[in-house]
Amino acid sequence: MVELTSTPRRVRPATAPARVERPWRAVVRSYGFRLGVVLAVALAAAAGILTYGNPAAPGSSGFWVIVGSRLASVGTILVVAFCQGVATVVFHAVTNNRILTPSILGFDALYRVVQTGLVFLFGAGSLAATDGLPKIALQSLLMVGFASLLYGWLFTGTRANLHLLLLVGVVLGMGFGALSTFMQRLLTPSEFDILSARLFGNISASDASYLPWGALVCVVVGVVLWRRRHVLDVVSLGRETATSLGVRHQREVMLALFLVAVLVSVSTSLVGPMTFFGFVVAMLTYQVVGTSRHTRTLPMVVAVAVATLLLAYFVLRHVFYAAGLVSVIIELGGGLVFLVYLLRKGLR
Amino acid sequence: MNRSASATRAASAAAPGRPHRGRRPSPGLLVAVLVTLALVVTSLFVGVYDLGAAGGGEMFLITRLPRTLALVLAGSAMAVSGLVLQQLTQNRFVEPTTSGTSEWAALGLLLSVVLLPTAGIATRMVLASVAAFAGTMVFMAILRRVQVRSTLVVPVVGIMLGAVVSAVTTLLAISTNYLQLLGTWFLGSFTSVVRGQYEVLWVVAAVCAAIFVLSDRLTVAGLGRDVATNLGLGYERVVLLGTALVSVASGVTTVVVGFLPFLGLIVPNVVSMLRGDDLRSNLPWVCVGGVALVTACDIVGRVVRMPFEVPVAMILGVVGAAAFVALVLRVQRRG
Repeated sequence: MVELTSTPRRVRPATAPARVERPWRAVVRSYGFRLGVVLAVALAAAAGILTYGNPAAPGSSGFWVIVGSRLASVGTILVVAFCQGVATVVFHAVTNNRILTPSILGFDALYRVVQTGLVFLFGAGSLAATDGLPKIALQSLLMVGFASLLYGWLFTGTRANLHLLLLVGVVLGMGFGALSTFMQRLLTPSEFDILSARLFGNISASDASYLPWGALVCVVVGVVLWRRRHVLDVVSLGRETATSLGVRHQREVMLALFLVAVLVSVSTSLVGPMTFFGFVVAMLTYQVVGTSRHTRTLPMVVAVAVATLLLAYFVLRHVFYAAGLVSVIIELGGGLVFLVYLLRKGLR
Repeated sequence: MNRSASATRAASAAAPGRPHRGRRPSPGLLVAVLVTLALVVTSLFVGVYDLGAAGGGEMFLITRLPRTLALVLAGSAMAVSGLVLQQLTQNRFVEPTTSGTSEWAALGLLLSVVLLPTAGIATRMVLASVAAFAGTMVFMAILRRVQVRSTLVVPVVGIMLGAVVSAVTTLLAISTNYLQLLGTWFLGSFTSVVRGQYEVLWVVAAVCAAIFVLSDRLTVAGLGRDVATNLGLGYERVVLLGTALVSVASGVTTVVVGFLPFLGLIVPNVVSMLRGDDLRSNLPWVCVGGVALVTACDIVGRVVRMPFEVPVAMILGVVGAAAFVALVLRVQRRG
């Protein structure tokens, strides 16, 4: 059912005569132009965040101190936007559907459960004793393994009914949320402090010491995905088609889900959950790009995500002085867009 | 939509001798009531304060009794609300927290606090119930417009609507500095229920009674607009009335206790799995089941981390999500 309705839509850009007749140079130029515009918006917003309303005189040493501290926010935004955007597009390819995002299905709630569960089971002391990269790597691996198993089971079984997946995912997300809050209630206050430092970030107050590791992970995942972008195109045609085209569908899906889980865990550990951001950004990207080839969508989704988040942050923080609201407003707007989309197009 | 399938099941279950239609309550129900009573009595005697100590009797009247009464009232009200909403929307997965009703009630409550800081609890309740009613009507209106009305899309729409509404609530709370309060208000918990705080919950007892009176009409409304109208039912009026009753129940419960997630979902579904879909004879079961579930979860929440408490909503959230997923998968397997 899912394949029947969505596959023809995906294939059309490659076969429809209107597209083929256009000279490829023009297509590339217009894509490059659009990418350039989005990047220019992003750059302008970044420049705005760094310099706008800076109390110190331009060029003085105080000025650069403030710019430096704001640079951490911009870095966080870059990493988070990359994670959310890329994860969503890859997730869309794997699930063969454009309304799901990892967060709607509770990926980030799962991350919180794993983090909380580790503190709950082994205590904050044992965690602090092994602080550093090995622990982060271990936690992420655990999370990623769990996510791959759970969502791999949901998406690759014979029960691939989209509505079912969506509902089960949403409810599992709610359940994970309740479970982690439940465990947090059982922690001692000091353990809870250590944990909450890791779980409840926001862009202004995120821990910059994780940033380099997050960026490194993004680069590695980005390179892997970029090398597999054509495989992703085939995977997004659905299981039957992909298998008959010689792609090991199950293996590719598991790999992609693994990478998505990695990206989500980086993003969540930096700024906390953002349910609808990925959805909105991916929708915008498909509108701008007009094809679902990942050679096109992957760079564009990064650009769009970065531009959107930078712009939202700039406007809310420096124009309306409401930095804490960024994610709430994105939730609100994104949720509305999601509802409207659901009502107009239904689930496809 | 497997309503017709389950209706047939209900008919076949009810046909031989129609055991649960008579005046006498069935032995099964009696057992259920006894078990629930045992839970309720246990709830009266679980707690940090030693009732044998000096002033024990006084403490019993101040906290234990009100708390247990609140458990009984809120539990039955939310379970019955779920059952009614499921009839009205003809969907098994709808209940106040998956239709956005509770979130709207929360928004109404916050609005009443922001706009009328000096208002009493009665005003708050009315505002919360009005908001819940408006929100539920929005949900129903949206449902009529959805193109794909599969069993599983309906709750997704409701949950997303709830998410959007609670984002609005959060936004309002942040800008009025009520964010910290918000968490403690809406987290379903009976910790703060003491004498003088819970009495408004008796309103939901009236709601439950009204639902009992209306039960046959709600059953007919559950057959859908066309069938109901053919059978001579004022469909729109019954739907409005049912929605209003559910809104009052969830509005009042939200103001006094907070969200009780999944309660209205698990209990009616389990009951109708065991007994079929006859709303009227199921109602007592749903009431009893709601009380039993919420009381059991509350006792667990009080015991698991003595002398502290885990709010009942968290335990319900975990249990409920697991039960929900199991239900969905089961319905799906049956086709």
